[in-house]
Amino acid sequence: MKYKSQAVAKPYFIAAIGLFLGQISFGLIMGLQYVVGDFLFPAIPFNVARMVHTNLLIVWLLFGFMGAAYYLIPEESERELHSPKLALAMFWIFLVAGAATILGYLLVPYATLAELTGNNLLATMGREFLEQPLPTKVGIVIVALAMLYNLSMTVLKGRKTAINLVMLLGLWGLAIFFLFSFYNPANLVKDKFYWWWVVHLWVEGVWELIMGSMLAFVLVKVTGVDREVIEKWLYVIIAMALISGLIGMGHHYFWIGAPEYWQWWGSVFSALEPIPFFMMTVFAFNMVSRRRREHPNKAAVLWALGTGVMAFLGAGVWGFLHTLAPVNFYTHGSQITAAHGHMAFYGAYAMVVLTMISYTMPLMRGREANSPAAQLAEMWGFWLMTISMVLITLFLTAAGILQVWLQRMGASPMSFMAAQDQISLFYWMREITGLFFFLGLLLYIGSFFIKGKPATAKDPATARGLASATA
Amino acid sequence: MSSAFTKSAARNIFYGGAVFFFLLLVALTFDTMNTLPKRDNRANLTESAARGKHIWETRNCVGCHSLLGEGAYFAPELGNVYVRRGPEFIKTWLKIQPTGAPGRRQMPQFNLTEQQLDDLVSFFKYTSGINTAKWPPNIEG
Ligand code: HEM
Ligand code: HEM
Ligand SMILES: [Fe+2]
Repeated sequence: MKYKSQAVAKPYFIAAIGLFLGQISFGLIMGLQYVVGDFLFPAIPFNVARMVHTNLLIVWLLFGFMGAAYYLIPEESERELHSPKLALAMFWIFLVAGAATILGYLLVPYATLAELTGNNLLATMGREFLEQPLPTKVGIVIVALAMLYNLSMTVLKGRKTAINLVMLLGLWGLAIFFLFSFYNPANLVKDKFYWWWVVHLWVEGVWELIMGSMLAFVLVKVTGVDREVIEKWLYVIIAMALISGLIGMGHHYFWIGAPEYWQWWGSVFSALEPIPFFMMTVFAFNMVSRRRREHPNKAAVLWALGTGVMAFLGAGVWGFLHTLAPVNFYTHGSQITAAHGHMAFYGAYAMVVLTMISYTMPLMRGREANSPAAQLAEMWGFWLMTISMVLITLFLTAAGILQVWLQRMGASPMSFMAAQDQISLFYWMREITGLFFFLGLLLYIGSFFIKGKPATAKDPATARGLASATA
Repeated sequence: MSSAFTKSAARNIFYGGAVFFFLLLVALTFDTMNTLPKRDNRANLTESAARGKHIWETRNCVGCHSLLGEGAYFAPELGNVYVRRGPEFIKTWLKIQPTGAPGRRQMPQFNLTEQQLDDLVSFFKYTSGINTAKWPPNIEG
């Protein structure tokens, strides 16, 4: 850590990990409700658990992005953060607002919560991922603006690199596209059309800038490869992301009432969307194999490589699987969607945040890398979570294929609930695998508490692991 | 990547591409908004249907169900429920929840008034008339 103020990232990362744990707990509740329908009913109905699961996901990723930005931007700009106090204040505001929102979901009937929080003044609630009460949405905007002010001032006065400019641009885009969450017309087609300007233009647009920048930052640090090379890759990746992803949004406009030419625009451009994700994989492996130094933090290198692979699998391969209109006609809104949503969110955004945490946390705790024992536990966490997520995705994909077959094809299709009964075996397997994911997460968290002498680049065990990963 | 292809060339492709394709998106959006009156069933978007949408949102129905294929996948698609089940069934269904059948997925009791139930039905009537390019593949959603 070069600048004192970078340390504000630490509380952000700790909160992110804590909320991640909460997210997975509620995932397990829902996974059980899929097969034991009345589990925890009426205390926690499925829709409440789902809001908690997905909102915690978004909030912890935002904590992760913000923490990453507060760490990376001063270092890239070669100066202290404009105002560490402001960053810390925003941390607490965001944490309290987030916790209050989750408690609101759990403790107050949703309709009452809507009434109490001014949803009748401006109705924005009750849409997937955007369930937050109005004050929370406004809070998100305020926190984002304060952060953007803080970071922009830092960059303006400091060195400008591709990495910090792209990060900043991504975060500005995140804040700007979030504003569409305040637009909720009674016309359902318009509502849905602009809802995607938040959701799609986040995950298949500006978030890719944020992700690319974080990945590039870590790769510069752990490989020592020339910045010019890494930054060139970064620009090409994000160029492809926006060239494919902006019009690629059409893959959500096939069946919601928009004109049918979107079937062409959406299919063609979204079919190109795997390219930037594939490039991220090649980028990560390429840079690590051309490395000019052996970084003692092998766990961080593993996370960086893993992000490349899993983002490509989840977003690229599983996205492509159902993105062409004639396929999507059958798979739209099925378990295939859920399978893709899981691996993409985990492989791209959860993992890139964990990569950044893995690289920066030891530095913020006063060492270049954790002890070999701590790294080993962290890497076990990596493998348990990642392999579990691959299996969860495969089980949901199997469930989805059967669901489509039983419910949407053939001359005498089954009703939704009848088809669900037929595929419950796969839901059981998903739930059991979810427990292993949970175990992996616990191990990962546990690794922060393992002490010992910091690893050095020459530790044979870790050096060998890396060599085989890039052989 | 070869060294003849410079970082500033890559940067220019990024900025140029982003601006060009964003403008294309805006143009297509503009055209979409002009085409929507022919497709979005606004004739049936009555006051009552708009109130129904508000009920749909404030009960977070989308947390279990999908609507035109978007939302959750825990409970049946409802964009076409007006056609699949009809208005009376929908109202009765909402009134008799939860079923309490052991081990079955449960739907909460929302205690809606007769007026609110009618509004919801108007909303589903409206959604079922949106031109969705023949989706879903069959009535089961
Ligand atoms: C990291 C990037 C990505 C993330 C986090 C992500 C996440 C998601 C999520 C959560 C959904 C479900 C949305 C809903 O609830 O309605 C979804 C839908 C979809 N995604 Fe992605 N996605 C990513 C990238 C991609 C890519 C690159 C493609 C195409 C190649 C793609 C194709 C699709 C399609 C076609 C749907 C609609 C599924 C349906 O019709 O039900 N996604 N995505
Ligand atoms: C490991 C245990 C997990 C379990 C058992 C689980 C279970 C579930 C369930 C049951 C749903 C609701 C599906 C529906 O609407 O019917 C869901 C939604 C979702 N979960 Fe998870 N989840 C887990 C982990 C994760 C992780 C690690 C992530 C991402 C990092 C994640 C991201 C999501 C997303 C984005 C959705 C919305 C998907 C969509 O709309 O298509 N979940 N999860
Ligand atoms: Fe998308």
